[in-house]
Amino acid sequence: MSTPYAKLPRWVDYGLIPAINLAVAFFVAGLVVMLVGENPLSAAVILVDGAFGGGQNIAYTLFYATNFIFTGLAVAVAFHGGLFNIGGEGQAYIAGLGVAIVALSLDSVFPWWINFPIAILASAAVGAFWAFIPAYLQAKRGSHIVITTIMFNFIAASTMVYMLVDVLKPAGSMAPQTRTFLDGAHLPKLNWLLEAVGLSVRSAPLNITFLLALVMAFLVWLLIWRTKLGYEIRTFGYSPKAARYAGIREARIIIVTMVISGALAGMMALNPIMGDQHRVALDFVTGAGFVGIAVALMGRSHPAGIVPAAILFGMLYQGGAELAFEMPNISRDMIVIIQGLVILFAGALEHMFRPWVQTVFATLAPRAAGVPATSGEGA
Amino acid sequence: MEAWTALIQILDATIRVSVPLLLACLAGLYSERAGVFDIGLEGKMLAGAFVGAAAAATAASAAFPGAAWLGLCAAIMISVFLALVHGFASITNRGNQIVSGVAINFIAAGSTIILGQAWFRQGGRTPALSADHRFNAIEIGTLRSYVDSFTLAFPGFPAGAAGESSFVWLARGIWVVVAYPFQLLFGTLGYLLAWVLLGVDAVVQYIPFVSDVFRELILGHSLLAYFAFTMVPFTWWVLYRTRFGLRLRAVGENPGAVDTAGISVPWLRYRAVICTGLLTGVAGTYLAVSQNAGFVKDMTAGKGFIALAALIFAKWKPVPAMFACLLFGFLEALSIRYQGLAWPGIGRVPVQFINALPFILTVILLAGFIGKAIPPRAGGVPYVKER
Repeated sequence: MSTPYAKLPRWVDYGLIPAINLAVAFFVAGLVVMLVGENPLSAAVILVDGAFGGGQNIAYTLFYATNFIFTGLAVAVAFHGGLFNIGGEGQAYIAGLGVAIVALSLDSVFPWWINFPIAILASAAVGAFWAFIPAYLQAKRGSHIVITTIMFNFIAASTMVYMLVDVLKPAGSMAPQTRTFLDGAHLPKLNWLLEAVGLSVRSAPLNITFLLALVMAFLVWLLIWRTKLGYEIRTFGYSPKAARYAGIREARIIIVTMVISGALAGMMALNPIMGDQHRVALDFVTGAGFVGIAVALMGRSHPAGIVPAAILFGMLYQGGAELAFEMPNISRDMIVIIQGLVILFAGALEHMFRPWVQTVFATLAPRAAGVPATSGEGA
Repeated sequence: MEAWTALIQILDATIRVSVPLLLACLAGLYSERAGVFDIGLEGKMLAGAFVGAAAAATAASAAFPGAAWLGLCAAIMISVFLALVHGFASITNRGNQIVSGVAINFIAAGSTIILGQAWFRQGGRTPALSADHRFNAIEIGTLRSYVDSFTLAFPGFPAGAAGESSFVWLARGIWVVVAYPFQLLFGTLGYLLAWVLLGVDAVVQYIPFVSDVFRELILGHSLLAYFAFTMVPFTWWVLYRTRFGLRLRAVGENPGAVDTAGISVPWLRYRAVICTGLLTGVAGTYLAVSQNAGFVKDMTAGKGFIALAALIFAKWKPVPAMFACLLFGFLEALSIRYQGLAWPGIGRVPVQFINALPFILTVILLAGFIGKAIPPRAGGVPYVKER
């Protein structure tokens, strides 16, 4: 990719410009709130209070954030390889099948600490498999990964409806969901962690998967920046041509990157299924796979950015639920708008304010900006 | 005979469910042929459906003439606006086209629900539109009453209420000035067409089978459906027989060459995305103001993506696009009619399988197992002028 933009100091590139983009996204979201006839500022206060005002709220925020860390990492890993994995939603959804098989067959046999690792492997394997097919098709047959992963989202949704309605539903039950798991497939809650800090939690679904998500964030950092494979992935993502010259096998990188991405997305299924609902129900992913795109874009595909971005979206989810109580005009769908705006301004329009920032820098400190004071436009 | 009736009914349903697919598919064709990938068809259609239904409902409640048409205009405006946002991101700012499309889908999905609930308070629905304020199916009876009551008189509009604001008065005046020439032109043409169709029916009604085909399949759809199918040859003509079409295709294959010829690449691409917005707006209107009597939340339900699949399936060509949409529409019509029915020889096919079939077929096609779908070469790549 050619970058026709002049160089700016790092803190501007990684701090100021993303901050401006985010601010604009939230500003436009505020306009929507006004359009609905509510006060955006008091909405923001209710939202933040709903997300962080008390241990209970924080626990919920972190519970939602867990989902988004997984899916955000999944999208980010693919981004590093120059691939766009829109299929996180489907990979997570179908991975519920892996969790279901482990939980339904082993929940009466083993305690949770044996079932948990098996379920991690199962969910990762199923998620990875769902990403492997599009990856293989891109690597070997040349079909575009974006289109195939979109198609696989729909195929996953249809498959899960079929499995839950016709196969996994216990006889005599009406609801399209599996039976409730026994104790062997209930993950321990993490509320003691917050209580240790002096907060009180009544009952919140925050569970041990949160720690798994943090471990995975660390492992992704290790993989991308500290291993040979990670170097190859980044090289391939930056310049497939250079990678080919360097003797990196294209097909292998595409497939390995997508399999890792799919596995991360798949692990997301553990959190709602084994950590909270203790059964597999329809639509348990509730869009988390897509939130992952916004999270990865906001976090600049770096685990150190993804975890806070995921917590921000966790805050929007939890605070949004509280907001819906206080302001009847605003439902949780507000998050979908914010998510779209973040994707638009932090992703597709990420360079929109750059020429302006450049001009400002060129005027203030021509040497630091490294561009002649006259050039304003990037093109 | 029963089988025949069933067949006619399925084909009729096929046409009806294919219309939004076809409009969205042709919409995507303009954009993608110009080298701008658009996975935001779904969002634009959804926004068009919502705004179209909302405008029509508001106009209907104010007893405004031509509420359905007003809805259509509003739907087109919002969906062209979203298309321009996509264009601004991907043409002017050289952003990632996929990311931009995803963003538009989310913004549309969220805001239609939030605004719908805030404005109408009916659980995300817009107020139901009565038959007078929708694009209705054109049947024999409709044609007859149209021909009978046809007049080229100045369009009558209800007398204003006593305390009517001057704004409404002004809007009404503009409406008449804009609408009257159209009424003259299309009224005359429509009269002739209706007269011809009635004449055909007068002959054909005595021939078994053919009369069913004529009355059920050819007639009996809304105006927008005919518009959709007319757009197929029209698009073909634009694409392959006009200068604009040649340039549009060129800019999707080799923008550098177009630029060298002194033609603006951004302006061409902007015009292409405007075409996309126009057609997705019509698609949305068809869903909310013709097929249904108002907007229901998430009413596109993946149709934008099926249209995308159909576009790939048709290898980005207009006439095959129509057949792809009819095929996917046929699958949908089958799955609606024969839910859970056992098929001879195959047994019971899960309805979910038929729902997923368009996507499965597209994946297989993309993998090159049935033919090969080669996208426009410059698709998805922002154009950077050499310096």
